[in-house]
This record gives sequence, structure tokens and C-alpha cells, in this order.
Amino acid sequence: MKRKSFKRKISSDKVLEIVLCVILVVVGIVVAYPLVNIFASSFSSTEAVMSGKVWLFPVDFTLEGYEAVFRNNDIWIGYRNSLFYMVLGTIINLVMTLLAAYPLSRSDMPGQGSIMLLFTFTMIFSGGMIPTYILIKDLGMLNTVWSMLIPGAIGTHNMIITRTFIINSIPKEMLEAAQIDGCSDFQYFLKMVLPLSGPVIAVITLYYAVGHWNSYMDAFMYLSNKNLYPLQIFLREILVSNKIDADLLVNEFGEVAAQGLAELLKYSLIVVATIPVMIIYPFVQKHFVKGVMIGAVKG
Amino acid sequence: MAKTKMNQSRGLAKRIYRARQLYLILALPLIYLLVFKYYPMLGLQIAFKDYSITGGIWGSEWAGFKYFEKLFKDYNFKKIMINTLRLSLYSLGITTIMPVILALAINCVNNTKIKKAVQTITYLPHFVSLVVMVGIMNQLFNPIVGLYGNVMQQLTGERPVDIFGIPQAFLHMYVWSGVWQHAGYNAVIYIAALAGSDQELHEAAQIDGASRLQRVFYIDIPTILPTVIIMLILNVGRVMGIGFEKAFLMQNALNQSYSEIISTYVYKKAFGAAGNFSYSTAIGLFNSVINFILIIAVNKISKKVSETSLW
Repeated sequence: MKRKSFKRKISSDKVLEIVLCVILVVVGIVVAYPLVNIFASSFSSTEAVMSGKVWLFPVDFTLEGYEAVFRNNDIWIGYRNSLFYMVLGTIINLVMTLLAAYPLSRSDMPGQGSIMLLFTFTMIFSGGMIPTYILIKDLGMLNTVWSMLIPGAIGTHNMIITRTFIINSIPKEMLEAAQIDGCSDFQYFLKMVLPLSGPVIAVITLYYAVGHWNSYMDAFMYLSNKNLYPLQIFLREILVSNKIDADLLVNEFGEVAAQGLAELLKYSLIVVATIPVMIIYPFVQKHFVKGVMIGAVKG
Repeated sequence: MAKTKMNQSRGLAKRIYRARQLYLILALPLIYLLVFKYYPMLGLQIAFKDYSITGGIWGSEWAGFKYFEKLFKDYNFKKIMINTLRLSLYSLGITTIMPVILALAINCVNNTKIKKAVQTITYLPHFVSLVVMVGIMNQLFNPIVGLYGNVMQQLTGERPVDIFGIPQAFLHMYVWSGVWQHAGYNAVIYIAALAGSDQELHEAAQIDGASRLQRVFYIDIPTILPTVIIMLILNVGRVMGIGFEKAFLMQNALNQSYSEIISTYVYKKAFGAAGNFSYSTAIGLFNSVINFILIIAVNKISKKVSETSLW
């Protein structure tokens, strides 16, 4: 009798396993298919895209869309600027975040608790859009590259992740031993804390870099000079506001192509804009997960 | 008595002196914090002033609660409040629950290949930028060249109506595109918590004849509940501050009756026609204060009910 019910439980578990597997496969397909469709469309001909023939694979394979994208000077300007903001911005972020996180990890520093509170308070209350805008304007940063690099120099969340990592993974005894040997706080920071913080530095570098690459808000608020625009601003003009330079729609025979090319160009542009992030994604995936885990530890 | 006090303050002075290098390291970040985060808070005073460019933040004339009265009398006030609450509560509910369900399902399945594949695929959209995300939606839901148009044509034989022209559709597209983008990533934290949970509990339950589904309800869900509550509190903090960027990007002339929320209104009142920085700041401040009260209240309630809280 008992054995029978045990068997039934097993089989109900099997049913659950099969049902969940099916559901998860469907979820995977639903999430991935839009991206696959966009990828396939970007390599298809305008006719195929306009008449809705593209499903899973490119139809009438061409690079027309990509040619149109790369003819566009704005895209190149945007790519260049975004790379610049990403590299320099991330370096500034890292320096500032580490400079903040290390002293705040030291409970023997008087005032550590209150300064920490000062940082965390900004996570739930802020001056808001207009006062910040006025500040940037008064500092003379409006329409300069600095407005892309300085205002977000420290992400409080990243600073807390870094601080938590330093507290949890660098033993206190090490500091005491170093102090006995006459090591100053500067030296300890440079020679011990930084080398031992490799994993968390990797994590926040990724967070900051992707953040810079994807951000459009600061540029939208503070920049009006086209030569300074990051890629995301140009993307918005083309993908969202539908403002497409007429020059782009002239094909290699010098004819103005139909509306179709404008649509094809958008598909290709989505691929071009996302490729850098997608390429590094497999390599960084496990770091991101690690970052989530460090951040989850209450600081 | 006086002596011990003096000793104490001398002790503090000594400790401060000993930490002098730490303060020096912290100096730059602290200056940054005060200038870029706290100075704008002082700038909030222009909500109570008639901001003029010549007067600036400090020199403009005081105006009392003029702009708050204006806000409450604004004929758009009710609409943007309702829109903000509707959008954020809908989004709060769905975006809190979906990652939990996904994590429970992934944890439940034994087939590691499917597990890995689904996790990898569902993280991916998290790294797509908001602009591209909205661009993807514009393309996919395009009734003529998009996937949505193609599918509808196969099913009904004709091109569908433009979904961007339907105000209610904004709501669902906003929320479910958020799920598409972030559910997988937000599930990571729960999956890790489940993987690290006490396996002896599962073994004991299995010996007692509990089915997998029963173990989900009696072991898995209680395991991640504290984390879910923390996430919920954090999300509540964002209820009123719901993303300007995405709503702004998705907004068009046809869906404004649903897509005009407080933050987009703040932007328009400042930089639109007849922009007024003081009025706009007043709206923003009103929003921040409600937000602040909400997060404190939820934290307090959660502390009482479930003994889980942020602080």
C-alpha cells in the first residue's frame, strides 16, 4: 500500500518535470525569437522585409541594410563618442568608487557610519531633474564631454558592492599585521586592497561600462552639439523618432529607394548597436551573476 | 568626570589623527557627493521661489506654495497621478512576481541542458539598451514590416491596426517588454538562494513522501520569501519614480492619455513651451516626497509583519 503511493508520487514528479521543461523551452523561444527575427531581417532584401516573408532565416540575403548604416556619418560619430565615454567614464568611475569604498570599509575611521549614511540616503532621495540640470549648467559643463563623465562618477550601488566585498574578503588580521610592520593606509590601499579586489573590480567595470554604452539620458539632457552625441542619441533619432537622413536612402545606383530601405536600415542598425554588448556577453555572464551575489549580501 | 571627558575627546582626536590618510583618500568622493548629490537638494528650494535665470537658485524671489497650489489645480494633475499609479502598480506586481516564478521553475527542473540554455537566453535582453529595446518594439509591432503584422496577416488574412495608436496597449507593452528584458536577470538572485538552500530539508520531505510540487510550496517558496520581500521594498521605492526614460521613449501623440506620467510631465513643464523651472521642480519634489514616505512605510510594515527589512 505504502509502496504504491510512493510510486504515484514519483510519477507525478515526472509529469511536473515534463510540463516545466516544455514551459521553459517555450519561454526560451519567446525570449529569443524576436532577436532571431530581427537578426534575420537585417540580412534580408527590402522586398522580403516589406512583404513579411522573413521568419527564421534571411530571405534573399543582402547587405543593403548594413551598407546604408555604414554610409551614415552620424553612426560613426556616435560609435566613436560612445567608445570614448565608455572607456574614460569607466576609468573615472573605478577610481572614484574605489577611493570611496575603501575608507568606508574601515570601521575604525571615526564618522564612517554617518558618511556611509550620507551615501545611501542618495539612493532614496535626490534633487531631481531640474536642480541637477541647473547645477550642470552653472558649472559650465553643459555641452561638454565632462557632462558625460563626471555627474555619474560614483554609482552608490556599485560603491556598496565594492565596500561589502572589501569587508568580507580581506581579513582584518591582515591590516593589523601590516600596521604593526609600519604600513601606512595609503600603502595598504595600494599594495593590499587593490590587488585583492580583482573580482569585484571586474564586476563593477562591467556594470559601469555597459551602463555608459547604453545610457542616453545624460546626453539627451546636457548635450546639444551633434559632434558630442553618443550612439544612443542617434539611435533614438532613427529608431524611435523616425528621423532618417535622406542621403542614406540613396542606393548605389543613385536612385532614392523606397520606404523599404528605411525599415531595413533600422533592423541592421539594431544589430550593429547591440553587437558589442552581445559579443562580450558570454565572457562576462558569470561575472554579472557574481556581482548580483555580492550585492545581495546586506552591507 | 571632567577628566574622563577630556580623555575621551583626546581619544577621539587621536583616532581622527590616526585615520587622516583615510580621510584624504575619501576627500574626492566626498566632494563629489556633496556637489553632485547634495547641492541639487538645496536647489529644490526653487520649488518655493520664482526661478529666474538672472537670480539663479539663491537670488530668485520667494513664492511660497504658489507652485504646489498650481499643481493641485492643474487640470492634468489627476490624469498624471492616475497614469503614474496605474503604470507603476501594474509594473510592480508583474515585475516582482515573474522572476520568482521563473526561478522556481528553473530550480525545479532536473534537465541541466534546458536549465542552462533558458538561463543564458533570458539574461541576454538585460544588456540591450533602452533605446534599442524601444526600437525593437517599434519594428516588431509594426503592422506592415514587423513580426506582429506578419503573424496577424497569416492568421486573419489582413494587416492589423497599428498597436501604437491604442492607448491601453502602451501599458501592456511597457510592462511586458520589461519582463522580457529583465525577468531572467532578476531571477538570478532567487536561483542562487534556492541552490544554496538546505538540501536535508528536501531529503527529509522526500522520505516523508512529499511530491516535488509540495516541496516547492513548503520549502522553496519559504526559502526565498525574505529575498522577495527585500526586492519588493526596493521596487516600491521606485513606484512613483517610475522610469522617465522608457515612458518618454515610448510616448507618442496617440497614447498620451495613458503614457503621460509625473516624470514625463516634469520634463515637459521645464523644457517644453513656456517652460517653468520652478513649477517643474515643485512637481518633481512632490513626487520624491511621496516616494520617500512610501519606501519608509513599506519598510516599517514589512519589519512588523515578516521581520524582514532594509534597515
